[in-house]
Amino acid sequence: MIEFQLDETSGVATYLQLVQQVHQALRMGMLELGDQLPTAQQVVAKLAINPNTVHKAYRELEREGLARARPGLGTFITRSPSGTDPATQARFLAAMTDWLRSARSAGLGPDDIEAIYRTAFRTCFAEGAA
Amino acid sequence: MTAVIEASGLGKQYRRTWALRDCTLAIPEGRVVGLVGPNGAGKTTLLQLATGLLTPTRGTISVLGEPPAVSPAQLARVGFVAQDTPVYARMRVADHLRLGAWLNRGWDDELAQRRIGQLGLDPKQRAGSLSGGQRAQLALTLALAKRPELLLLDEPVASLDPLARREFLRSLMEAVAEHGTSVVLSSHLVADLERVCDYLVVLVASRVRIAGEVTTLLASHHRLSGPRRDPGTLPAGQDVIEESHTDKQTVLLVRTDQPVHDPAWAVTPVSLEDLVIAYMSPASDIPARRPQLGVVS
Repeated sequence: MIEFQLDETSGVATYLQLVQQVHQALRMGMLELGDQLPTAQQVVAKLAINPNTVHKAYRELEREGLARARPGLGTFITRSPSGTDPATQARFLAAMTDWLRSARSAGLGPDDIEAIYRTAFRTCFAEGAA
Repeated sequence: MTAVIEASGLGKQYRRTWALRDCTLAIPEGRVVGLVGPNGAGKTTLLQLATGLLTPTRGTISVLGEPPAVSPAQLARVGFVAQDTPVYARMRVADHLRLGAWLNRGWDDELAQRRIGQLGLDPKQRAGSLSGGQRAQLALTLALAKRPELLLLDEPVASLDPLARREFLRSLMEAVAEHGTSVVLSSHLVADLERVCDYLVVLVASRVRIAGEVTTLLASHHRLSGPRRDPGTLPAGQDVIEESHTDKQTVLLVRTDQPVHDPAWAVTPVSLEDLVIAYMSPASDIPARRPQLGVVS
C-alpha cells in the first residue's frame, strides 16, 4: 500500500498530485498489478482532503486503464507499468538531442531553448485538449 | 442534479443596510462548499437564511428542496454549527450528547460515543474547560450525530490553531467520506479551505462575486505576463479580473474558457487563493466588464 503526500505549494491540483504519485509509484515498482490503493477514508484520514478529490483521482486512473474499483473491496491496480517501448523512447531521445545540438550551434542559450520548448509543448498539448 | 441550496434574488436588509443582496445560487448536492469572503461580506447572513434563523427581505431560498425550517422534518435534515462552535460551558460532554439525543429524532448515539472516544474527550468534563479545538470537535460531533444531509458551518476553524484546524477538517472530511454529507462552510481565509472544498462561493460586499466548481474555476483562470499592453486589446472571451502594469510589463489574471495561444504571454496557472484574492480586491468589479488600462505603477 502506498501513502499519498501533498505539496501545497506546487500549484498542481490535489487530485492530479494523487494521480501523479500513482504513476510514479508504478514506474518505481512500488505498486504492481493487483495492488490495492488506499481507500478514500484512509486518504482523507491522513491528508484531511475532500473524499471527492480521491474519487476523482481514482476515476482518472480508471480512465487511463491503470486501476479499477471493485465495489465493496476497493480500488486495485489493473495494469503493470508498460510505458512506451524502449526503442521508441530511444528514437525520440536521439531526435531531441540532434535538435538541441543544432539549436545550440545556432547560438541559442539554455533559457532560449527552454522558452521555445515550453511554448511548443503548450501549443501541442493545448491542441490535444481542445 | 438536485440543489442543496437554491437561492433566487435573495436579499436581507437590516434597517438601511443590505447584509446580502441579489443572491442567486444553486449549490449541487454532495459538494464541500467553501463560502469565502472578507468579514462583513454576508457569509453569516447567507448561512442563517439557509437555516431559517433569518427570513429573507427579498427573493427566495430553498434548502434540500424545501423552505428552511418549514417543518421539524426539514430541520432534521440540516445540521448547523454557528460561529465560534458554541457549546454550553457549564454542561458536561456527556450531557451535550444526552441533550442531542433528546432533541433529535434521528440521533446516532453510536456515532456520537465513538467520536467522543476517538477524540479522547472525558464525558464528565465540563465543556467550558475544553480547549478551543476540543470545543469545536464537540460541536461538530453534535451536528454529525444528528446525521444531517446538509451540514452548515459558520467559520468553524477561524479561532483554532493550525493543528486543531487540520484535525477539525480531517474529522469533517471523514464524515463526508462515510456518510456523503453535503457541506457548506464559511471562512474569511481561503487557505483554510483549499484542501477540502470542491465548490467555491465568493461573497464580497453583500454580493456573490463568483461561484462554481473549484476545478472549473482553476481551469478557466490564468495569469498572463508579457510586454506592456492595453487589456482592451485582448480577444473577446478573455475577461480581465486583475491587472497590473509597469512601463514595460503587463500582468493579468484573466478568465476564459478558451486556451490562450498568444505567444506574447507567458501563461501560468493560478492557485485558488490567488483567484479568490483577485475577486475580493475592490478593483475587480463585475467580471464581464473590460477594465481600461490603469495607472502606471
